[in-house]
Amino acid sequence: MLDISDLTCGYASGFAIRNINLRVPAGEIIGIIGPNGSGKTTLLRAITRSLKPASGVIRLEGADIRRLKIRELARKIAVVSQSAESGFMTVEEFVLLGRTPYYDRFRFLETKNDVQIARNAMALTDALRLKDQLMNRISGGERQLALIARALAQEPKLLLLDEPTTYLDITHQVGILDLIRRLNINSALTVIMVLHDLNLAGEYCHRLVLFDKGAIYKFGLPEEVLNYRIIEEVYKTVVVVEKNPVSHKPYVMAVSEAAQEANRIFAVPKKTIKL
Amino acid sequence: MAALLILGGLLASVGFISLCLGPADISPARLLSALMHGGDTIERTILCDVRLPRILLGIAVGGALSLAGVILQGLFRNPLVEPYTMGISGGAALGVCLAILFRLGRSCGVWSLPFAGSIGAAAAIFAVYFLSIGKGNLNIRNLLLIGIMISFICSALITLIMAISKVEDLHGIIFWAMGSLEQPNPLLVRIAVIVSVVALGVSYFFCLELNALLLGEEEASHLGVNIETAKRLLFILASVMTGLSVSVAGIIGFVGLVVPHFMRLFVGGDHRILIPAAWLCGGVFLVSCDTLARTVISPTELPVGVVTGLLGGIIFVYVLCHRPEGKTRCSI
Repeated sequence: MLDISDLTCGYASGFAIRNINLRVPAGEIIGIIGPNGSGKTTLLRAITRSLKPASGVIRLEGADIRRLKIRELARKIAVVSQSAESGFMTVEEFVLLGRTPYYDRFRFLETKNDVQIARNAMALTDALRLKDQLMNRISGGERQLALIARALAQEPKLLLLDEPTTYLDITHQVGILDLIRRLNINSALTVIMVLHDLNLAGEYCHRLVLFDKGAIYKFGLPEEVLNYRIIEEVYKTVVVVEKNPVSHKPYVMAVSEAAQEANRIFAVPKKTIKL
Repeated sequence: MAALLILGGLLASVGFISLCLGPADISPARLLSALMHGGDTIERTILCDVRLPRILLGIAVGGALSLAGVILQGLFRNPLVEPYTMGISGGAALGVCLAILFRLGRSCGVWSLPFAGSIGAAAAIFAVYFLSIGKGNLNIRNLLLIGIMISFICSALITLIMAISKVEDLHGIIFWAMGSLEQPNPLLVRIAVIVSVVALGVSYFFCLELNALLLGEEEASHLGVNIETAKRLLFILASVMTGLSVSVAGIIGFVGLVVPHFMRLFVGGDHRILIPAAWLCGGVFLVSCDTLARTVISPTELPVGVVTGLLGGIIFVYVLCHRPEGKTRCSI
């Protein structure tokens, strides 16, 4: 589906992701994790052509994305990002903007088909009930639903999400990720998402990419990547990794400084006694 | 669609009323008979050679300025951006002054004034744009500050040109700088009308780009919009419209700021409706203001900018303060 080889790409400020090689098979949910500033969003921006690579190639279904017209790319890849300004428009108007790549120079108005596709997208994401509400009047969770509906209206094959659960409570976090998983199964949508929450990443993604300092540190199954040695090395934080007793997926718990110190205090006398 | 029909009707009515009003009052019945039966009556001369060109120029300039405002506010997603605050009017004014100073009008033909105005406007818009891009990101605060500074620099240079120019050139500059829709040259009126209508047509091709840009530049590119091409062409379009307006009618501020906001209040932010609506409303507004300016203390004529500022400002503030709760989809 998506094939990234030897990609190096960065900003004028000097930060870059280097020598990225990644194969994303069709139909998978890939989670990108890593500390702040490790290059997760930079990779997404390279895939959407917002950043020009210094070297390397990104292929989508075998075609170099730089050779695709930007409109063709928008029919294949849709993005849900936190930076979207929603202006003052209704949810339906907002979702209909997702049909933009299907209009052309001489077709300005949406057809019945466009409206139907937008409505279906809203129905899938449970945003149809919001269709006449203004984007600036809905809650953070509802806004996320509208953003995903707009991305679905593009009828993409690959969906990119940049931290889709940030600022949401646990109900909405799980709601959004359950929805993404349903879309992945029912609509055969390949998904790449940047996530900060390691547990949600482990729970929902087929495979994880762990970024560190602009390079891929580890790519593999959640059980392989969410290993305490790896996480401690990359995040410089002491963690405990356990298995979720219900889903059998790994989950990561951070250990606070106070708890570490308390543990050390407990460990040292124990050693002394042994001596 | 209904909004466009209403605005079209309003424009026709305002135009008709404006034809009737003036120092020589012509009743609607006499106006129709003078227009229908032709002949070489004084009334027909007043209507066709004095009032009609002025109304057409009002529609062209009002439409062009509002359209430039809609485009710039859409491109920068900022409600304060308009030809005047971006320094484009200043650049255009400087271009026209230089053209008058070097007597391009006489040597190259009368079209050289709008041409010089457009070049000045384009120079200003690109200068403001590239100066306010810091490290690849457009900083909107810098953009406005640099725009206003360029306005000041241009007006200082215009004053300098006036100070060093000869008396006959000075007359030309002062006459033009006062801002008026009284344009004795029929060719310039024709150019203004054609350019304004063509610009309306061309900008309509970018309505989808402007709609997508409401979400931000990167988001718009995710929707398949070629941002850089759209931006460059829209900048050029805004410069041509401002350059043209300033060169034929002087600096008329306010129209480019108020009309787009006003229209967003009534027709929403969808550029497919907003673009033609703002053009029509700009025409209605400027023709109405000009009719008031020339009739309110007739035979003395007020500068049209005085009326646009007073009337537009008061109506706008009133509507802004009294709009019903929830009807906020207008704003950027």
